[in-house]
Amino acid sequence: MAATTTTTSAGTSRGAGRGPARPGGSRRRRNAVTAWLFALPFVLIFGVFMLGPLVSSFVMSFTDFTSRDIENPLSVGFVGLDQYTALFRNPQFLHSVLNTAYFVLAGIPLTTVLALALAVALNSGITRFRTAFRVGFYTPVVTSIVAVAVVWRFILQPDGLLNVILGWVGIAGPDWLNSTTWSMPALIMLAVWRNLGTLMIIFLAGLQSVPGDILEAAQVDGANAWQRFMKITLPMLRPTLLLGTVLLSVGFLQFFEEPFVMTKGGPLDSTLSVSYFTFNQFGFGKYGLASAASYVLFIAIALLSLIQFRALRSKD
Amino acid sequence: MLTERKKAERTTAGGPRVPAAPPGPARRRRTGRPPAHRALTYAVLLVAVTATLLPFAWMFLGAFKTQGELLRRPITWWPEQPTLENFVVWFTELQIGTFFLNSVVVAVFTVLGNLLFCSMVGYALAKMDFPGKRFLFLLVMVMLMVPGVVTFVPLFVLISKLGMVSTYPALILPFLAAPMGVFLMRQFIAGIPDSLIEAARIDGAGELRTFLRIVMPLCGPPLATLGILTFLGSWNNFLWPLVVAQSEEMYTLPVALSLYSTGQNATDYGLLLAGSVLVITPIILLFVALQRYFIQGVAATGIK
Repeated sequence: MAATTTTTSAGTSRGAGRGPARPGGSRRRRNAVTAWLFALPFVLIFGVFMLGPLVSSFVMSFTDFTSRDIENPLSVGFVGLDQYTALFRNPQFLHSVLNTAYFVLAGIPLTTVLALALAVALNSGITRFRTAFRVGFYTPVVTSIVAVAVVWRFILQPDGLLNVILGWVGIAGPDWLNSTTWSMPALIMLAVWRNLGTLMIIFLAGLQSVPGDILEAAQVDGANAWQRFMKITLPMLRPTLLLGTVLLSVGFLQFFEEPFVMTKGGPLDSTLSVSYFTFNQFGFGKYGLASAASYVLFIAIALLSLIQFRALRSKD
Repeated sequence: MLTERKKAERTTAGGPRVPAAPPGPARRRRTGRPPAHRALTYAVLLVAVTATLLPFAWMFLGAFKTQGELLRRPITWWPEQPTLENFVVWFTELQIGTFFLNSVVVAVFTVLGNLLFCSMVGYALAKMDFPGKRFLFLLVMVMLMVPGVVTFVPLFVLISKLGMVSTYPALILPFLAAPMGVFLMRQFIAGIPDSLIEAARIDGAGELRTFLRIVMPLCGPPLATLGILTFLGSWNNFLWPLVVAQSEEMYTLPVALSLYSTGQNATDYGLLLAGSVLVITPIILLFVALQRYFIQGVAATGIK
């Protein structure tokens, strides 16, 4: 049965014998129409609510569109690259770029190392409570950032829970959210806490695909645990590591909710991100500038994804 | 690449030794860690998981404390006089029922839309030939990388032109068919043997019948994954509802919580903590009940 199935599928899948008789062209065309009918609901939603806005945003970034032009779009003027030059002359925007870079460059390595350590720990010799641990580490992922930000704001108060705990080991904690130095580390801490679970699950799946017999063979050959990890597990995990970190960076680049709920971008713009800058410009009605800023972010994300695809392909 | 080959060699080199070694169980025991290592691993994990869950414990305990106790220093752990007052305010003064209903309506329609539309286009992309197919798939892949902040300005202009600001369609329509879902369904349906579909066609079933009777019943696992991920995304979605739900009766739970937490109630921590508890409890209960599928979904798609 299985054998027949495979042959049939191999023999007929590529158009050679679609049905007993071959009515030819009209049949093909009818198939194409059916296929497009199946795709239609998606294509409509996609076109109107995703692709359309994506293109409009691009066009808008070359205009001086403001909230007042909604009523009369014909009054909008084309300004070419002016929005982009204005953007890169805007100190607040440059500040937001630096903040976003800080957030990504500090947050990603921290999350990756911690997630890898936890995944390795969960994958080694642990048999009991494994599910409970996994669920525990993953819980922050499923919860609304807005809701957990509320409790974190409370924890991060000068005399809040975190500083009480730090006090136990003799550290005098800062006023996290009101300090230009410590506001960003505080938000990074929150982001690491919230994203650890996702990355850990991805790494765990990767670790489970490292063949045990290779590790055993290495052990028989006298490699210790650290050597086995560095020489076998880590190289085999490279694609997973890459995938995980790039997905995470794409998320981190869009950094918005944490500063929105925790600090409103402050103090003194120290936690203003590019997404937040875009949101603010939108709020001021400067749609052209907001679109330009969002396209800068999009290009950064696209470049990162491109690097990912390249790196993954060169692995094969 | 090189390392893999080296490893392969090592395996073959190690190969002949395998029969010489005692079978399975004895060897396994030797590879196991000594008890001290295991205890250390458990200890590290226990500390880490406690640290991870501490904010939740703090949130739940705080929600039952009075404002006075929350502001008192040094901090207290257990509520000294547990009170339901914070929750009562949400239910009596702040219409949390409305916000909850809004979140549920938006999530349910978003999930249903995604399950249906993503599997339909996924079927077409995986099993049918049509002009423009490759281009459509390319567009879907590109759209996967577009950050939400890029589309929301024109989307808002569109929605206000259509007169839909502060309506359910505004909250639902843009998320009714996500590119991620299309990708997921297409990948799964491509794995269904062509012969099954050919057989149905030869038996005279039309495409719709084949789709509903053959393809959909086989799609349980990816539909479950997609449904859960979509529900999660919808329940926690923030930026778009914040922009488009401009009247209080259209707030979803996160929007309501964020606006109350930055408005005049900003320092009423008891109220905010109780609100947080109300927002996350449904999703945590759902997660604990279906955790296996949640986690499989992440491992399968690599996307939150």
